Amino acid sequence: MSRPVRWIATALALLVAIAVLLGALVVWLNARGEEPVDATPPRAATPEQIERGAYLARAANCAGCHTARGGTPYAGGRAVPTPFGDVYASNLTPDAATGIGGWSDSQFWRALHHGRSRDGRLLYPAFPYPNYTHIERADADAIHAYLRSLAPVHQPNRPHALSFPFDQQAALAVWRALYFRAAPFESNPARSAAWNRGAYLVEALGHCNACHASRNALGATSNPLDLAGGLIPVQNWYAPSLTSPLEAGVGVWPAAEVAALLKTGVAPHASVSGPMSDVVLGSTQHLNATDLDAMVDYLRALSRSDIVAPPDPDPPYRPSPAGGKLYGQHCAACHGEQGEGVRGAYPALARNRAVLLDSTANLVHIILEGGFPPSTAGNPRPFGMPPFATVLSDSDVAALLTFMRASWGNQAPPVSAVEVGKFRSTSR
Amino acid sequence: MTQRMQACTGCHGAQGRAASDGYYPRIAGKPSQYLFNQLVSFRDGRRDYALMTNLLAPLDDAYLRQIAEHFASLEIPYPPPQPASADVDTLSRGEQLVIRGDAALRVPACVACHGTALMGVAPAIPALIGMPRDYLNAQLGAWRTGKRHAPDPDCMAQIAQRLAPQDISALSQWLAAQPVPVPAKPAASLPAAMPLECGGTGAPGAPR
Repeated sequence: MSRPVRWIATALALLVAIAVLLGALVVWLNARGEEPVDATPPRAATPEQIERGAYLARAANCAGCHTARGGTPYAGGRAVPTPFGDVYASNLTPDAATGIGGWSDSQFWRALHHGRSRDGRLLYPAFPYPNYTHIERADADAIHAYLRSLAPVHQPNRPHALSFPFDQQAALAVWRALYFRAAPFESNPARSAAWNRGAYLVEALGHCNACHASRNALGATSNPLDLAGGLIPVQNWYAPSLTSPLEAGVGVWPAAEVAALLKTGVAPHASVSGPMSDVVLGSTQHLNATDLDAMVDYLRALSRSDIVAPPDPDPPYRPSPAGGKLYGQHCAACHGEQGEGVRGAYPALARNRAVLLDSTANLVHIILEGGFPPSTAGNPRPFGMPPFATVLSDSDVAALLTFMRASWGNQAPPVSAVEVGKFRSTSR
Repeated sequence: MTQRMQACTGCHGAQGRAASDGYYPRIAGKPSQYLFNQLVSFRDGRRDYALMTNLLAPLDDAYLRQIAEHFASLEIPYPPPQPASADVDTLSRGEQLVIRGDAALRVPACVACHGTALMGVAPAIPALIGMPRDYLNAQLGAWRTGKRHAPDPDCMAQIAQRLAPQDISALSQWLAAQPVPVPAKPAASLPAAMPLECGGTGAPGAPR
């Protein structure tokens, strides 16, 4: 071999060696910490275990994704939209052929804790195992016992509709090597038992940061403790920060009001909307008093006191006259001439954090689509807001929002028709 | 209840008397089980209209039943009918389908289920007059193309699929031109058994 040829051959061999080593690293990172799986069928569950599992499955809102619209609960088929395509939630009923009827406790645990399916396939993190990895083994077993107690439904899983290369297991393995590590929940001995229980409910079961955190270009959140708010991809609802008192931080709220919001969907100065309505409906309204108080404890402690409102701009933002006219025509009858609202029925808009958020995504959704808070035991007959999608153009909505954000003591930047149009196109 | 229902009356008109744009249908005074079935169908995806589905998604059956009963209980005068714009032959074809049906197409007469006065039958069959022509066309068209569903057995889908587009248009033209009788109330019962089995109507064997 001539000298240059030998050079190239050596370089190629080195590259191949590096690729093999990297591949081995990815495989190792994906499998680290996994115990050999035990395929022994689960022992018969006790009624107490099934009841506990039913409760925990609600705390984790499993049915929220694993139920198609109008379908049998837990039988799967609902699309979870992601920027990489649709991931379809699977059938969790104990049907042997199409559900998880043949799974052992150990296999179910491995799915929650390691994000790996019974057949060894890696699961997509649209199934929030970066959170569920913190679920305790006994809780996982109880949830499994509950799911096995359901009537089996024969409903084959729908294949995911993901674009290349995101549909490849190898790509998923690289993602997991970068962003996922299986780990138990770690309690903080410096904090109370209630705070730690709240942390477990928020980080693990409730998987709150699946929405309330920003995601990077590959769809990863930084860690399960990040609750600083984020735009939910594709749906384009903004899940506000739970740490900032300017967004949805509840540090200065009385504990009873935070509990009311999670239990009933409404509180004296707020109500839930959009995807959070589904969360209250399917999950938090069912929490028992002890768990609800623990969650409230944790959330109140999460709020940061070092984030303060910026000074009002000089000159101040000016309400748009066109927006004022539309407000008088369409909004004032319920929300009041001075944005004061009607307590217990129509939210006040003056000094309302939801009106002042930097992200206008939710405001556009609410004006275009209207909406009800969920009907719950504590608020069985909620007041609803009409949709204006067929009545107001993008520039109407922009003028209206610009008016609301600069009136009655509100000071937030104007909104453009382009911004409204961007969110309108993602309204379903 | 009126104060809680602003979300509905924004499009369906004050007290649900229908909107001025000629599309959003009247909901006031319709049979309560019919209204309840529609609310559940929108929420659960059997009817396809994203605004309705998103609005109703967080509401449970108990509240939907109360909403249905609220609008069913409202007795509000109807506006005069729309003037017919079709020719005499079309209107007479429409009238024939409504009153006598078409045995060759295996399409029963509308009056056989919706009542002799076409004002519906309590508790689950709706009126066919007092509705905008565009709305009637859109609904029959949606059943024909599989966009609208009722609980199984979906008799209206079977009927709509047997109708040609020009038949649907003729029906809608004739129905929309009829004045609403006084009193404008659904009949208490039908004179004879229904010609088809229909889900959600509360008839024996039908799922509710």
